Amino acid sequence: MANALLRVENLVRTFGGIKATDNLSLDVKPGELHAIIGPNGAGKTTLISQLTGQLMPNSGAIHFAGRDVTWLPSHQRSRLGLARSFQISSLLPDFTAADNVAVAAQAHEGHSFRFWSAARKERHLREAAQAGLTQVGLVKRADVLVSELSHGEQRELELAVALATKPQLLLLDEPMAGLGVTESARMVALLKELRKEVTILLVEHDMEAVFALADRITVLVYGRVIASGDPEAIRNDEEVKRAYLGDQHVMVSHGGIQNG
Amino acid sequence: MNSTINARNVVVALTALGLLLLPVYSGLTGDIFILTLFTRIIIFALAAASLNLIMGYGGMMSFGHAAYLGIGGYAVGILAHEGVGSGFIQWPVAVIVSALYALVIGALSLRTRGVYFIMITLAFAQMAYYIASGLSRYGGDDGLTIDKRSNFGGIIDLSNRVQFYYLCLACLFGGIYLIWRIVNSRFGMVVQGLRANEQRMQAIGIHANYYKLICFVISGTICGLAGALLANNTDFISPATMYWTRSGDLMVMVIAGGMGSLFGPVIGTIVFLVLEELLSQFTEYWALIMGPLLVLIVLFARGGLMGVLGRLSRG
Repeated sequence: MANALLRVENLVRTFGGIKATDNLSLDVKPGELHAIIGPNGAGKTTLISQLTGQLMPNSGAIHFAGRDVTWLPSHQRSRLGLARSFQISSLLPDFTAADNVAVAAQAHEGHSFRFWSAARKERHLREAAQAGLTQVGLVKRADVLVSELSHGEQRELELAVALATKPQLLLLDEPMAGLGVTESARMVALLKELRKEVTILLVEHDMEAVFALADRITVLVYGRVIASGDPEAIRNDEEVKRAYLGDQHVMVSHGGIQNG
Repeated sequence: MNSTINARNVVVALTALGLLLLPVYSGLTGDIFILTLFTRIIIFALAAASLNLIMGYGGMMSFGHAAYLGIGGYAVGILAHEGVGSGFIQWPVAVIVSALYALVIGALSLRTRGVYFIMITLAFAQMAYYIASGLSRYGGDDGLTIDKRSNFGGIIDLSNRVQFYYLCLACLFGGIYLIWRIVNSRFGMVVQGLRANEQRMQAIGIHANYYKLICFVISGTICGLAGALLANNTDFISPATMYWTRSGDLMVMVIAGGMGSLFGPVIGTIVFLVLEELLSQFTEYWALIMGPLLVLIVLFARGGLMGVLGRLSRG
């Protein structure tokens, strides 16, 4: 536990009378891909928002890279190496794909109080953008405005933007959301490559993807952790099966096929 | 963005050329009126361009921008009244006081977003208006006549119409060049990113309000310079300069010309003030015609007049 990259302790967040995060503890080790699953309304996005600092918890603590970041605003957490992708693509629509990545690379370099020379002509920022886009397979679309990219391309660009800040930990909030079958397969392949370079905390609905990718899985129900362990243990966990009553069959069979 | 010949660039080039050559025309025809009208237009275009920096590029809808016109103007007027006639003192004071005002107002206003931001900037500008009205030593409500224009030694004579015109034009072109550099710099990228998606910018490590505040201050500073020019142009400064309708006029100039377009505010200001001038010659109810015209522009010309020209360019 001591060497965990991210450690969440007894996190609580309520909305009115509802406990969206209920005494939640969790740790992510360096180098692993840790997945969080749970039925709709389990509090997955609420958790992500607290991890990134968009939402503050009522109590509990979040440690990242050995620092207590519980009350840090999101821009400071980003500086420490915590990057995220958004469930609903959150990009700069009237910038090109390359500009989106270049701005993230620029933000990573330190302050942006430079008022005179043209940022789009800074070669190393353009190179960083090219590299980032190449990594996610978007390099041919570099000069296309984000508003004209397809949904799938925007999901990939989200990753490139997050990676451009050179994170230690990548929080991915449902990167497959809204993707078709082939796009999903591409995303899984992409994440398989990325996990070699960066620690990932993945929140995802797509069970097939989760069981194909994750080293460890944590299952949330009503804001509580009901199970945590490797994919095999989760698949056989009785409480998880009960929680996923409707999805149980799908989960077990798909997982089996994937891993078989 | 592209440097090819198209409708938009032709209009911009012709307008710039027209502004450069206007004193020649005025000298040849003896038409002094057009020179004074366009001096005024150029000063307001500078104010509108500064507003465009925060409104068009930064997404900050300030409804109190006329306050800087007043502050810049009062800096010149009050110093002149107290016997400090040198422009080398008056103008830096105008610019610095505007910057400080922007720093304070910005720091407070930027705690809010959206409609609240609009209302709070309006409220602060109205406060400045009432403070100016209370300056009984400097004319109060009636305003303050400036006996002598700013004195720049032998370098330039502001009482000379043509010299003053070119000084204003240099300030306008200089201001637009400055804004162009800023918009395309790293700082400008961040500010435009914040307009598009503040949440995303925070997530990549940007402290939004620092950047917005600095942008707000730069904008106010440029507008303070426009205020110093305006006071010299009218030889007079009064609280009416910063009344909220004036802030509204500036917003209309920016929106009509095209928010987030470098030259848009200049086009918008020319159209606005020339229309006002022409219509008011026909009828004292000119606002009845002006209003619907502006509504039409806003409804049917997305991106303002520059937006229309841009679409024409693309065919």
